[in-house]
Amino acid sequence: MNISTATLHELAAELKAGNLSSVELCQSCLDAVAQRDGEIGAFLEINQDNVLASAKAADERRASGNALSDYDGIPIGIKDNISVKGERCSCASKILENLTSPYDATAVERLRKQGFIPFGRLNMDEFAMGSSCENSAFQKTRNPLDTTRVPGGSSGGSAACVAAGFAPAALGSDTGGSIRQPAAFCGVVGMKPTYGRVSRHGLVAFASSLDQIGPFTRDAEDCGILLDAICGFDKMDSTSLPDAAGGFADAARAGAATGSLKGMKFGLPKEYYSGGIDAGSAKVLDAAIEKVKSLGGEIVDVSLPHTKYAIAVYYIIATAEASANLARFDGMRYGCRIEGSDLTDTYFKSRGNGFGDEVKRRILLGTYVLSSGYYDAYYLRAQKVRTLIRKDFENAFNACDMMLTPAAPQVAFKFGEKSDPLQMYLSDIFTISLNLAGSCGIAVPAGVDENTGMPVAMQLLGPAMAEAKLLQATAAFMRA
Amino acid sequence: MESDLNIKYIAELSRLELSDEQSAKLQQEMERIVGYIDELKELNVDGVEPTAHAAPLSNVWREDEATASYSRQEMLENAPGVINDNLIKLPRVLPQEEA
Repeated sequence: MNISTATLHELAAELKAGNLSSVELCQSCLDAVAQRDGEIGAFLEINQDNVLASAKAADERRASGNALSDYDGIPIGIKDNISVKGERCSCASKILENLTSPYDATAVERLRKQGFIPFGRLNMDEFAMGSSCENSAFQKTRNPLDTTRVPGGSSGGSAACVAAGFAPAALGSDTGGSIRQPAAFCGVVGMKPTYGRVSRHGLVAFASSLDQIGPFTRDAEDCGILLDAICGFDKMDSTSLPDAAGGFADAARAGAATGSLKGMKFGLPKEYYSGGIDAGSAKVLDAAIEKVKSLGGEIVDVSLPHTKYAIAVYYIIATAEASANLARFDGMRYGCRIEGSDLTDTYFKSRGNGFGDEVKRRILLGTYVLSSGYYDAYYLRAQKVRTLIRKDFENAFNACDMMLTPAAPQVAFKFGEKSDPLQMYLSDIFTISLNLAGSCGIAVPAGVDENTGMPVAMQLLGPAMAEAKLLQATAAFMRA
Repeated sequence: MESDLNIKYIAELSRLELSDEQSAKLQQEMERIVGYIDELKELNVDGVEPTAHAAPLSNVWREDEATASYSRQEMLENAPGVINDNLIKLPRVLPQEEA
């Protein structure tokens, strides 16, 4: 078997049959990283000793009939804003360069309960602010399919890790598309679960009302397997949903078994199809729509009338929340401190030196929209328009089970191609509304752009709690 | 309202030290971004309730019971400065009294 392209369920079968040990699997992944990550730059760090020690323990458990699950001993890459006990967690920022996590994020703790092994710290845009990984304070990550191109962002390291064959799956976080866009750029599956589906405890906060942890995988079943592992209520996150959660992998298996989309209605929001995507991507998307029809899916037209305001709403709400969340990085209790002439000067210097340009831009914008005299005009107004966007989604889902849209206006772009911040923000148009609405979505590999040879994804957007249906449809689509 | 964006004042509120060069660049970029987000003003939002949060949850309560937390030692390992192995060392907060 080829470990660099194997899925979690294939690896689980090999481990179970005794054809593969966790040590062999992890060593093979480490070898792949040693061989090619110098070029790709997906990882900020991997603690090899920890990985191999965990793999050895998994093999011993399995040998004694005590495997924690079918997946005991499989490595999972972790984005560098998710805490792994005893390892550093820098959010690709200088201000947290030397921070060691004192605890596991709930998602990581739940992965460990099934025997999954946290595998390295994956590069990202600093504090998850960006769409290309170019905002990492430490390194570039290159798209494994064309190293002159970005892997997307902010979870670019996670997408590149799975696409390059360094690990079978990874965790990322999605505040405005930071899982779905890099998954699209690197040709892998990436899901943003419903807000509250996965505990945010141990995820370094960027915009608390939008942030959500989710999986990067090679197929729909794997996505379900990881979501099954990490979902559910957590007393450490009072915004985690109390609803019963699970059965996601089974839903994907059902979809793969039938390969049918009969009885499912796919809405095409007309605002997402009014130009604005490049010709090569449009062609792939047209073919995907035809394929959905051929599998028995019904296509209906829907509308999201407030789409044109989504970016403005997002960049007000996300930056306002970020300016408050990032106030904690003041160089006092942890993180980098640069001594100034007095306390205030120490704040100024620690933060001025510790944060990169994009993070500063967003803290400033967030501070501005919350400042006296501007709160009503910007922040409160944006919250009201957020309501209108949510209602657009609710109305659209009255007419369909899920929406089928582009994930990005174009394929992975080249380094430096979007040097203007506003231009970069505008490229998030197809992903950010979903975070404002709080429901779930998935990027599904749909084909290749004939001009560049780069992957193109379709995005399926579902109502809150509809992950099982999204995974069922994704599995059916990817099987055919 | 569009033209009175003062980057130095906002940077002060944000506790961010900026060089003059950075300030000038950010001033320009921010004016463009604020110009863009101003498009929200064309929308009539009278009578629309604001959304603060996507999840349909309100107060979430738990029993007020003491539980074990992280050890002081572990948490102090990340502190930039430590006194007596059990306190975080901070810069002086109040000005020094004159002798």
